[in-house]
Amino acid sequence: MSSEYAIEARGLSKHFGSLKAVNQLDLKVPRGQIYGFLGPNGSGKSTTIRMLCGLLTPTEGTATVLDTEVPGDSRDLKPKIGYMTQKFSLFGDMTVFENLQFISEIYSYPKSGRIGRIDELLEKYDLTQQRRQMAGTMSGGQKQRLALACAVLHGPDLLLLDEPTSAVDPQSRRDFWSNLFRLAERGTTILVSTHYMDEAERCHRLAILDRGIKVADGTPRDLQASTGMRVIEVIADDPYAAQAVIHDLAEVASVTQLGVRLRVLIPEHHDNALQIVERALSAAGVDAQSSLSSATLEDVFVAVTMGPEERIA
Amino acid sequence: MKSLSRLGAIIKKEVRQLRRDRLTFGMVFGLPVIQILLFGYAINTDVRHLRTAVANQADTHLSREFIANIGATQVVNIIDEVSTPEELESLLRRGEISIGILIPADFDRRVLDGTRSAVQLLLDGSDPTVLSVASQLRNVPIQYSPAAGTGNRATAIETRPYYNPERRTPVNIVPGLMGVILMMTMMLFTAVAIVRERERGNLELLINTPVSSAELMIGKVTPYIAIGLLQLALILGVGQLLFDVPVRGSIMDLYIAGIAFIAAKLALGLLISTAVHTQFQAMQMTVFILMPSILLSGFMFPFDGMPAVAQFIGEILPTTHFIRLTRGIMLRDAPLAELTTDFYYLVGFTLVAMTIAALRFTKRLD
Ligand SMILES: Nc1ncnc2c1ncn2[C@@H]1O[C@H](COP(=O)(O)OP(=O)(O)OP(=O)(O)O)[C@@H](O)[C@H]1O
Ligand SMILES: [Mg+2]
Repeated sequence: MSSEYAIEARGLSKHFGSLKAVNQLDLKVPRGQIYGFLGPNGSGKSTTIRMLCGLLTPTEGTATVLDTEVPGDSRDLKPKIGYMTQKFSLFGDMTVFENLQFISEIYSYPKSGRIGRIDELLEKYDLTQQRRQMAGTMSGGQKQRLALACAVLHGPDLLLLDEPTSAVDPQSRRDFWSNLFRLAERGTTILVSTHYMDEAERCHRLAILDRGIKVADGTPRDLQASTGMRVIEVIADDPYAAQAVIHDLAEVASVTQLGVRLRVLIPEHHDNALQIVERALSAAGVDAQSSLSSATLEDVFVAVTMGPEERIA
Repeated sequence: MKSLSRLGAIIKKEVRQLRRDRLTFGMVFGLPVIQILLFGYAINTDVRHLRTAVANQADTHLSREFIANIGATQVVNIIDEVSTPEELESLLRRGEISIGILIPADFDRRVLDGTRSAVQLLLDGSDPTVLSVASQLRNVPIQYSPAAGTGNRATAIETRPYYNPERRTPVNIVPGLMGVILMMTMMLFTAVAIVRERERGNLELLINTPVSSAELMIGKVTPYIAIGLLQLALILGVGQLLFDVPVRGSIMDLYIAGIAFIAAKLALGLLISTAVHTQFQAMQMTVFILMPSILLSGFMFPFDGMPAVAQFIGEILPTTHFIRLTRGIMLRDAPLAELTTDFYYLVGFTLVAMTIAALRFTKRLD
């Protein structure tokens, strides 16, 4: 009987010496969904993915990945997973075609269908022109498209993608994601780590990691609804002056500048948040318009990944 | 079936990558040729034409005949005749000669008498090859012709070298050199094989595919067995062409021994590859094993003359056993069937090293 989750992690931890890279992680990734993994640098995204595919042995905890126990004998699991590493890991001294061919042989893709499958992928990932180019000489985005093509070649049930679009331009990123949605529609479960908010917003569900700890998870909508913060948007002619004033307020959890706009987070238990900001600004003589706003994922991310020293009790 | 096709995929990839790596590919064939030329021509333990001066204080018929005999050995090249031992010493000191031959005034009487040495050799002891030459010169006959029979002690010591009567260095060197060259290339190529993929990040991808450790290991070394055999043929060919090195035994036996040795070295290289973290460390480990293999395998120095500890280390090294096999087959016409101990050692070594390497390589990153 297969479980409704493609991945179910229970108290998964990985320690490197005294560093707890991943700390007591619980995770449930439903089948056929795109599950986002959001977190600052070094928060343990790659480490978690590596544990899930059996590359690293967890210090504590277990996971069930496609009904296979991790850690354990992952031999049967390998053909069902497609893994795209954060760092380019294909062979730079082989051509695009040769790389795909190698992957098709390694996964024992039916011989008769190999060439057809490779051509189809070259087409889908816009690599037809690069067919005979050495993989090592391609641009960053081209490399990532090749890596994704290789990861999906054998039609895996679960795709683990570690920052697949970090070097991809916006247009290609949209194409990339429409490919992911197509895969998900056909039942592929996708776990994808990212730094991009727009990508996180497209995920069915996501988890936010901070220093090895999962600080939030849920659908993007749930997360936005439950930040525990009021968001005030301030538009000022002199955003630097406004920021300086707001930053000094005891109630303010964080201020982020986006061009001429400032996004101010104030914990929910201060119910006159807007007035606090307006009063402070006019007292300081800063010309600005403030309004209550609803939380974006970016606000969620800022709210949950603030260090304890920034967090207001 | 699937396993075979995965193995095939790895082999194909290795060959492809090797072919594109021009430098390495060149080394595969350049290294053996350059090495054999270097060792064959430069490292020549036949010492010839050492500059020599003679002080013939006797100046008798016998002494002149003796000097002519010495000159005929071609070991020395008499470039000067002086009259006193002091002059000889000064020539030696200035490095103008390597050997001074002093023939005292009572030379003839000393030869007849036979109790005191008749000739004194003054040698440049700072050069070890000169010292060894002295023993050759000691064999030069001093005959009091026509009265034969008396005073003939020098000719009483007769040496008769077997297997290499002309004492040509390449004949001795090439069989050993085969071991050394194969060892260098085979071990180095495989020592960096896995660790290079680890450094480039390929390994993280590879170990997430269905490829098993054994398939990966075997797939990586198989192309090198063919390369090793090519190198073997190259060394033999050049050895025969330029230095007239014979293969007295079965060429088939030689190649079988070669395969066993190549496999042993590849396995050792893989073992190194699983134990180190960078290509630089792999190189260091290779050199660490290379040095004793050159010095203690009997290639450079006679095995029997080494102290027990050195012999013990030498026995562990596959190169020692391979050199015994090649010398046996090539020079002594010994069939492989008579050299089984060394052959089985190589086979056993391969199996053990390969197993440890596959076990150590756990398909994990930590
Ligand atoms: N092999 C290792 N040895 C020691 N520390 C490690 C090792 N691998 C990762 N770490 C540490 O574990 C922490 C988490 O690393 P990880 O690569 O999982 O972060 P990440 O969330 O993927 O970051 P990024 O967004 O930069 O890719 C980091 O502090 C990193 O330095
Ligand atoms: Mg990472």
